[in-house]
Amino acid sequence: MSITDIQVTDELVHDDDHHEEHHEQSFIFKYIFSTDHKTIAKQFLITGIFWAMIGGGLSIIFRLQLGFPDMDMGFLQPFLGDWISNAGKLDPEFYLAMITMHGTIMVFFVLTAGLSGTFSNYLIPLQVGARDMASGFMNLLSYWFFFLSSVIMFVSMFLSTGPASGGWTIYPPLSALPQAMSGSGMGMTLWLVSMVFFIASTLLGGINYITTVINLRTEGMTFRRMPLTIWAFFITAVLGLLSFPVLVACVLLLVFDRSFGTSFYLSEIFIGGEALPNLGGSPILFQHLFWFLGHPEVYIVILPALGITSEVISTNSRKPIFGYTAMIGSILAIAFLSFIVWAHHMFITGMNPFLGSIFMFLTLIIAIPSAVKAFNYITTLWKGNLVFTPAMLFSIGLVSFFISGGLTGLFLGNAAIDINLHDTYFVVAHFHLVMGSAAFFGLLAGVYHWFPKMFGRMMDEKLGYIHFWLTFVGVYLVFFPLHYIGIAGFPRRYYSFTNFDAFSSFVDLNSFVTVAAFITFGAQFIFLFNFFYNIFKGKKAPLNPWNSNTLEWTTPRVPEHGNWPGEIPKVYRWPYDYSKPGAKDDFIPQTVPYHQTKESNTDFENEESKKE
Amino acid sequence: MLDIIIIIVAILILVILFAIFRVSSLVDIIKGDSSTKIPSSNGFQANLLLLFLIVGLIGGIYYSFGGLEEDFVLPVASKHGVITDNLFWWTMAITGIVFIVTQIFLFGFSWKYQHRENQVAYFYPHNNKLEMIWTIIPAIVLAILVFTGWKAWVDITRESPEDSEIVEIMGYQYAWSVRYPGADNVLGEYDYLKIDATNQMGIDFSDRASFDDFIPREIHVPKGKPVRFNIRARDVIHSVYQPHFRLQMNAVPGMPTQFWFEPTKTTEEMRAETKNPDFQYELVCNKICGQGHFAMRYIIVVDELEDYNEWFKSQEPWLKQNADYLTEVPTKLREAASIVAGIENPLGLDVVNGLTISGSK
Repeated sequence: MSITDIQVTDELVHDDDHHEEHHEQSFIFKYIFSTDHKTIAKQFLITGIFWAMIGGGLSIIFRLQLGFPDMDMGFLQPFLGDWISNAGKLDPEFYLAMITMHGTIMVFFVLTAGLSGTFSNYLIPLQVGARDMASGFMNLLSYWFFFLSSVIMFVSMFLSTGPASGGWTIYPPLSALPQAMSGSGMGMTLWLVSMVFFIASTLLGGINYITTVINLRTEGMTFRRMPLTIWAFFITAVLGLLSFPVLVACVLLLVFDRSFGTSFYLSEIFIGGEALPNLGGSPILFQHLFWFLGHPEVYIVILPALGITSEVISTNSRKPIFGYTAMIGSILAIAFLSFIVWAHHMFITGMNPFLGSIFMFLTLIIAIPSAVKAFNYITTLWKGNLVFTPAMLFSIGLVSFFISGGLTGLFLGNAAIDINLHDTYFVVAHFHLVMGSAAFFGLLAGVYHWFPKMFGRMMDEKLGYIHFWLTFVGVYLVFFPLHYIGIAGFPRRYYSFTNFDAFSSFVDLNSFVTVAAFITFGAQFIFLFNFFYNIFKGKKAPLNPWNSNTLEWTTPRVPEHGNWPGEIPKVYRWPYDYSKPGAKDDFIPQTVPYHQTKESNTDFENEESKKE
Repeated sequence: MLDIIIIIVAILILVILFAIFRVSSLVDIIKGDSSTKIPSSNGFQANLLLLFLIVGLIGGIYYSFGGLEEDFVLPVASKHGVITDNLFWWTMAITGIVFIVTQIFLFGFSWKYQHRENQVAYFYPHNNKLEMIWTIIPAIVLAILVFTGWKAWVDITRESPEDSEIVEIMGYQYAWSVRYPGADNVLGEYDYLKIDATNQMGIDFSDRASFDDFIPREIHVPKGKPVRFNIRARDVIHSVYQPHFRLQMNAVPGMPTQFWFEPTKTTEEMRAETKNPDFQYELVCNKICGQGHFAMRYIIVVDELEDYNEWFKSQEPWLKQNADYLTEVPTKLREAASIVAGIENPLGLDVVNGLTISGSK
């Protein structure tokens, strides 16, 4: 496709079957076992949405328990069976099972697979100018390993002994000993098996993303001209590749302890009326291994969301992203530092306090690149010409959450303050804002922004606005009050607070949070309708609905396998030439050579144009 | 019947919502505003963002400064707690200012620079000076926070003073057990293999120091004297947490941990301060440990020093309460054990067991 074509942005649909040698594939190979990165991305997205609804639904049930502890939950008996007693009470162990599943599902299945899986897959080839991923088959395997892992995790929820229940961090000995809780039996075994497949999926995906970004960039797409989305996905994949194998090791040793009588994590245990023979293991070893993945994991979750936000904010501010180099620098700094801060999750585990001091220093350093990112987003908005598409609103919401939740990290990263806040609702509030909600908003911003490319149709704007406002206000109403009860010392993972005088207060606040959670969750059904209805019935999308610069908008309305019908376009400039002084439009796509834009070129660019 | 009506009403509502949605999208198509890419409600969204900022800030400030029915700041009752509270509130002040300023900029700019027909965005790709400023200033502020936090942390986690009262706390599913060293001020050894239904803590009676150890029903600690908790667990990880003392340390099976602090307010004083005549310091489990996790409550009583000493003296050694366990004491120490534990008629028992043992030799 030639360059001039793309500038006819308002042209709605034009038949794009003037490309040759396209052979029809059967349904199975086109939609199920597809090797096309676009189809695989959609598979990840829809599986992610499915999991998000399950994970969110679980949180609604346990929020009911927390907000209205006296409530008769008999109406849930048809769904939860014996986990609801005949008196209408939720089983305390199933409560723990639900929070465990909520955490596992949200962190791994929604915000890792659903977010990276969708957008890395979808955008990397389209934005670097490649026909597909480096290995389409590995990509296919990546999805199907994820699918298998999903099935196993889903099945585990229906065991009579319940799914894994020791918290998403599955600290042994609790998770190692079926005597300790029934969820540590078969449920935990399936959790571990599921995670091994999940990690295999992540690694297959990650290797592909890295290879594609390094090797398959189109002509002219230097690293300095890559959109920040690609930078974020690229570094995220590197993080995953380096940290997930450690989780395999960690999980494997746990499997040995559970099934083959080893003592990696177990020592001097007396449980269920008998002393176990295990000696010499250390539960702290598990925590070190787990958080060596676990901490990079939170950046694996948030970096792609920040990448998406960079793109969306820049496009809709009609302004270049402020500090492109600093943004890349901060991604790299965060990625590096994320590997050496893990033990800040362990200040009060009995770990040597000296180690605590070291990790406190390192942890607070990571706040600097994060702060730079936030400032740069705000400066990008400054003197822009802001267009509030739903994607833009979700991105602004993300920045707001990232700041709110990031700042509370300064409390928790400070070991002395963490003594009193560790494992309280303050922590819950902190990570749900900075990682959970922020990454979730990144995911939604991405869906609203790239839906027209994914499905060739537009989502409904008004429903998008309603969805945004209910979710945004809802999230703040849910998580902001939790800071207060966290400061008051309320421990997380409590089935009820009635046993303690110190926690007998704030009953109304807990009910309020539950109501807010209900509204927030309910608003997601608006999104579901908007999403699925418009896949089929939406208004047909223009080729470049947001007047964006990046390469994916130069493809046909519905790109076929191979993405561009003709030659892959060349890239001549960075992706953020918005509102460039002198230019006739407020955007100049990456495919426009400098010699066509004499009026807006800088001296350096005029030099460059001679080489073109 | 009611169920069916609810379902029908729900379906009707959904149908109506769908109808409204269809009508409004048809109206949009008829209006034909697709020529412009600026959302028709762009300005309205900008106003909403501004409204959110204002309402959010007012609400946040109102609820943070007394708008809630209950006070979310627990009175502090330990020496180090005053220091960590101080750090907490300084951090709160700094982050609070940053929070308010950045949110004002974020939403304020969103409102101020909303799309206008003749407005052109300012092409402003970077400014190295500005970026240096907001790298260096946070770095300095963070350095100060880290340094003060680090000093407090080192101070709190250093070795407990020589004259500390020693209390051993053991977590298990789903309760706490507590042991005091008794008159000799030394805790006896323990061994997890010695745990049984009575000897819950696995006290090892081959160690002389264990003879006078006692296991009370609640923890007593003296005001104004350092107290050291020796913490362990016997099945899964638990966490010893007491919010008023700003005290928390995990209890890990196979790896003893410790935490020392100095209580500054007796239970009576806290009752007066909180105006709650039933106030008790409660020990809380704060690491997920199974289905009874939310109910591991144990009372801590802070006494004046004299009262504490009196209470301490009045406690009976565990061995006295469970004289059967004399059989676990090595024969030659048995007499000493009876004297230390104050067991009145150890002889009969001793003779019988002595015979058995010598008989088996």
